[in-house]
Amino acid sequence: MCASGKYSSRGPALIPRMKTRHRIYYITLFSVVLLGLIATGMFQFWPHSIESTADWTLDKRSVHDAPLVRLPVSSPIPERGDLSCRMHTCFDVYRCGYNPKNRIKVYIYPLQRFVDEVGVPISSTGLSREYNDLLSAISDSDFYTDDVTRACLFVPSIDVLNQNSLRIRETAQALAMLPRWDKGMNHLLFNMLPGGPPDYNTALDVPRDRALLAGGGFSTWTYRQGYDVSIPVYSPLSADVELPERQPGPRRYFILSSQTAIHREYRAELERLKEENGEALLLLDKCSNLSQGAASARKRCYKGQVYDYPQILQESSFCVVLRGARLGQAALSDVLQAGCVPVILADSYILPFSEVLDWKRASVVIPEEKLSEMYTILKSIPHRQVEEMQRQARWFWEAYFSSMKAIGLTTLQIINDRIYPYASRTYEQWNNPPVVKWSSVNSPLFLPLIPPRAPGFTAVVLTYDRIESLFRVITEISKVPSLAKLLVVWNNQNKSPPEGEKKFKCPECTAIDGLSLDQTHMVERSECINKFASVFGTMPLKVVEHRADPVLYKDDFPEKLKSFPNIGSL
Amino acid sequence: MQAKKRYLILFSAGACLILLFCFGGIQVPLSRRGPTRRDDRSLTGYRSGAQWRRFPGVVQQKRDAITGVYSGKRCRMESCFDFSLCERNGFKVYVYPQQKGEKMSESYQNILSSIEGSRFYTSDPGQACLFVLSLDTLDRDQLSPQYVHNLKAKIQSLPLWNGGKNHIIFNLYSGTWPDYTEDLGFDIGFAMLAKASISTENFRPNFDVSIPLFSKDHPRTGGERGYLKHNSIPPFRKYMLVFKGKRYLTGIGSDTRNALYHVHNSEDVVLLTTCKHGKDWQKHKDARCDKDNAEYDKYDYREMLYNSTFCLVPRGRRLGSFRFLEALQAACVPVMLSNGWELPFSEIINWNTAAVIGDERLLLQIPSTVRSIHQDKILSLRQQTQFLWEAYFNSVERIVLTTLEIIQDRVLQHPSRSSLMWNSLPGGLFTLPQYSTYLGDFPFYYAKLGIKPYSKFTAIIHVVTPLVSQSQPIIKLLVAVAKSQYCAQVIVLWNCDKPLPAKHRWPATSVPVIVIEGESKVMSSRFLPYDTIPTDAVLSLDEDTVLSTTEVDFAFTVWQSFPDRIVGYPARSHFWDSNKERWGYTSKWTNDYSMVLTGAAIYHRYYHYLYTTYLPTSLKTMVDQISNCEDILMNFLVSSVTKLPPIKVTQKKQYKETMMGQTSRASRWADPDHFAQRQTCMNKFASWFGSMPLVHSQMRLDPVLFKDQVSILRKKYRDIERL
Repeated sequence: MCASGKYSSRGPALIPRMKTRHRIYYITLFSVVLLGLIATGMFQFWPHSIESTADWTLDKRSVHDAPLVRLPVSSPIPERGDLSCRMHTCFDVYRCGYNPKNRIKVYIYPLQRFVDEVGVPISSTGLSREYNDLLSAISDSDFYTDDVTRACLFVPSIDVLNQNSLRIRETAQALAMLPRWDKGMNHLLFNMLPGGPPDYNTALDVPRDRALLAGGGFSTWTYRQGYDVSIPVYSPLSADVELPERQPGPRRYFILSSQTAIHREYRAELERLKEENGEALLLLDKCSNLSQGAASARKRCYKGQVYDYPQILQESSFCVVLRGARLGQAALSDVLQAGCVPVILADSYILPFSEVLDWKRASVVIPEEKLSEMYTILKSIPHRQVEEMQRQARWFWEAYFSSMKAIGLTTLQIINDRIYPYASRTYEQWNNPPVVKWSSVNSPLFLPLIPPRAPGFTAVVLTYDRIESLFRVITEISKVPSLAKLLVVWNNQNKSPPEGEKKFKCPECTAIDGLSLDQTHMVERSECINKFASVFGTMPLKVVEHRADPVLYKDDFPEKLKSFPNIGSL
Repeated sequence: MQAKKRYLILFSAGACLILLFCFGGIQVPLSRRGPTRRDDRSLTGYRSGAQWRRFPGVVQQKRDAITGVYSGKRCRMESCFDFSLCERNGFKVYVYPQQKGEKMSESYQNILSSIEGSRFYTSDPGQACLFVLSLDTLDRDQLSPQYVHNLKAKIQSLPLWNGGKNHIIFNLYSGTWPDYTEDLGFDIGFAMLAKASISTENFRPNFDVSIPLFSKDHPRTGGERGYLKHNSIPPFRKYMLVFKGKRYLTGIGSDTRNALYHVHNSEDVVLLTTCKHGKDWQKHKDARCDKDNAEYDKYDYREMLYNSTFCLVPRGRRLGSFRFLEALQAACVPVMLSNGWELPFSEIINWNTAAVIGDERLLLQIPSTVRSIHQDKILSLRQQTQFLWEAYFNSVERIVLTTLEIIQDRVLQHPSRSSLMWNSLPGGLFTLPQYSTYLGDFPFYYAKLGIKPYSKFTAIIHVVTPLVSQSQPIIKLLVAVAKSQYCAQVIVLWNCDKPLPAKHRWPATSVPVIVIEGESKVMSSRFLPYDTIPTDAVLSLDEDTVLSTTEVDFAFTVWQSFPDRIVGYPARSHFWDSNKERWGYTSKWTNDYSMVLTGAAIYHRYYHYLYTTYLPTSLKTMVDQISNCEDILMNFLVSSVTKLPPIKVTQKKQYKETMMGQTSRASRWADPDHFAQRQTCMNKFASWFGSMPLVHSQMRLDPVLFKDQVSILRKKYRDIERL
């Protein structure tokens, strides 16, 4: 409500003094107001189309309020990323400090619009919707802090997700201008589409000093293990298309290839496989008769037949994800979403979040050279494994690929795990889908140990007030050679426990032997079982039909020679 | 007129508002509503412009291009390893013949003999996928007496060297005082490094292998068990954190150890250093040395190691130290203070489950960090140290085999182990991905995955006598087994010299009976991983075994609870004969047992695969030649995998009597040599395994109401009690 508000409020005050030329005046006034409004509107509208968003409220400001920063030509450029960087060399761990929650604090820089000396923005797109989503997710998370002095990790609001839209040199200069840049220490950049033609580097080309890179499409040569984070290439279809989860099982097609920009050599190889194996393979390409645009992204064709994408992915057990010019492919996300097992052919590719995710349980990685053997390799995989992989694939998508929020927070969690390794998430937490988490058993005593006899055992006896019965138990138990200690838990607030051995004899007590096996008792216990099962969410008890006895139990054998002769005599 | 004016003003103000709303306010929701439209501008890069240009030629050209660019410090399997050498013969390892007059350390000798004794070994370089030098490269410290001179020239003159391609070089020490660089003093070319104390900067991921530093006394095979004998709860020991070692005062790696005294509290955090090392230590002596040295002598290293919850493992001059393995074996959770050390076998071991990875820069936080670790976590860390120690570290052989298996996984790529296989019991060396890549096909992961084994079994009857009469035990056995509700099919393994009997001679059964004629008619063939076994469980039977359907049913339900163990009927035991200083074998009725005969036992199908591929030819040939001991060998194998005894289930009286009275029949049990052979076998097997894997058990599993004083009609497995 800027300029226009001023005009209209001044209007009424002028009217009484200008009676004669009122008509002209009003027309002029009106047109001025109108023009002003249009100008304001245009001014507001235009930047939005560049910035893509207006609801970025990191500093409770809209994007057009973001201050404009002009980059002098001579502004310093950071050094290219140092390949030898590791957490202990390029990351300042003192900033993270010791805290009881073992959680890093992440600061997001306020939004700024960087332009060069002549006013051209450093990026053709500005802040993308995806990066906006990512920053919002971080600022809504427990990682976020608005106190720059307490931050351990800094995330610039300069969007470098897609290198194609960036002016490399100017973006680098903008990074170096960030107030806490300090050679990129503890800064995290997110990039999904690195490199550019003709040779498509596998990591962001923007010089960035020591900044950590969360990159989509790293190769083993650019990925700094334990420092960078390999992230997925986000697929917009994740948000646009809802694919219901399908039960794992056999699908109509065995192998499906749905990517459109496949190298012709590989396409020829796929065609050959199709000839050999026929209907089991479905080889889709882009539709030639459809116009380019959003619609074509959602269609695939085979010999004139049109298929809906990504829905068709759900019809296949395996889906091929071949490298393009870049190693990271958004198709991987679509394939996982469809619960189709990805067959990844991208030599030297660092799979997304491979630091924590066990991809062997969700995908098949085949060297590009072995594309021709793909069918044989996949056929050798047991059905039950394919089903587990389908389930696992879908779970990976849901937990780690489905939104920019999932991608961003997973990245932060991985970095968090490095800084507080003793509090890191476990393999099971990262890799087990909820259904496995509920049904699996991870015993806290998992090591097969057969403890020595020497330390013996401790007997714990719970008692209320039946002294006689307690006394009998104690007498019997204390005969056992392996008994190391006997602990009596006195469970009666009204009486104090008897002192000394004498008082254990209690002639006035009338012994009621054992708990009464009456009906109410059984009903109560059944209710307990049901209550416990509902709290556990499942019935953890298992039924078995065996019982452990000594080896020679009830055998026709001299009792004297048996280790445990008197068992079962009661 | 006034009214008109007011209208106009009102109108203009209204228009003003509407326009503002249109241009300003509404476009916010609009931008949210149109994701497809916006995508074109925001993240469409990967849809357009991504054309192939980098490697326009065929795949081979691409490989050549990579090889040219990424060599030396940037070597990866893709660029520096020739996969084609491994395609024809699989993963075979060649060891260069030893040259006379070359000195070789005992450790390197152990490495080479471990390889030569493994199933990967080939003596034909033409078949090899991986090459190992017979020149000792372990100690590349120029000041060391073990240092081999002129290595550069010697290696270059090797005819098969090929620039180091597909070679692996083992190294424990590199560089020397004062800077301890990681240079080996010769050009390794395209060769991989299996190196101790390797730093992340020099480590080439998925190409090099980080191995632990081990002493020259490290056993070649067998290896000691972990120190943990029982779990104590709460898991705290006398000390919380300990360290006892040298302090260097100056030079590389001295900072952290010099600062340790800040955290020492002489109560539960005991960090002791001594300045005494080298001849001229007193030259560098500082103010604290005398006090430190005195304190140092008060404590015993072993006592501290075995009585501490955590053990500090700071870097020495080099990144790795012997202390790491010592702490691991002692079940003292290592607290790593060695920034930049690529931990041993980091490619496959998730060290966060067995160690605390500290940061040298945060030394002062270490006590509060270890104190903050929850009891449950300590318990699990401690158990994991023991698992990892026994699975990958306790002998030179294990270290070498782990190295080779890691490389094999890379070479095969598709059938390779998942992280779960490496990091949970029984570990990667016993989990062969060539059998299956599916976790549920192994006996070890059912509980972890929350699934159950397949609820049927396949019976395999081993036949060596001809079928002459319909009253032979085998006919009864076949009928009884086939009647079991859990029986999927019966395989008759015809290892008899006489020709196969006609089909109609076998009794009619409701389940399929498959007759396999043994090709070589040898004992080991009963444990071949036949494709015709569709079930997880195998019921292995001798032809003269007497079993009822009830007994089979019961044993199978027991097996379902213990799918990784051998569950069977007649049991045997081993003992140490101190007079003869050798292992003894007994079939007497005793209060415990350590073996269950595979003439009547249920176990997982995977053990057939393991028996056939994991065990060395020498042992299998021995079994075949004497036609004996195959059951002992199977028990050795399974117990060395599980570290647990087999399970004996209850059996009918008559069965035992038959077994005891077998002398009346012409069976191999009648042979007087039979028993003596079995003693010999025990000792041969124990020597190959390096230790005695068998474990005793005093437990027999009976049906719940077995011989209880209740009506027999209430008992499900009542036939077992009937005589």
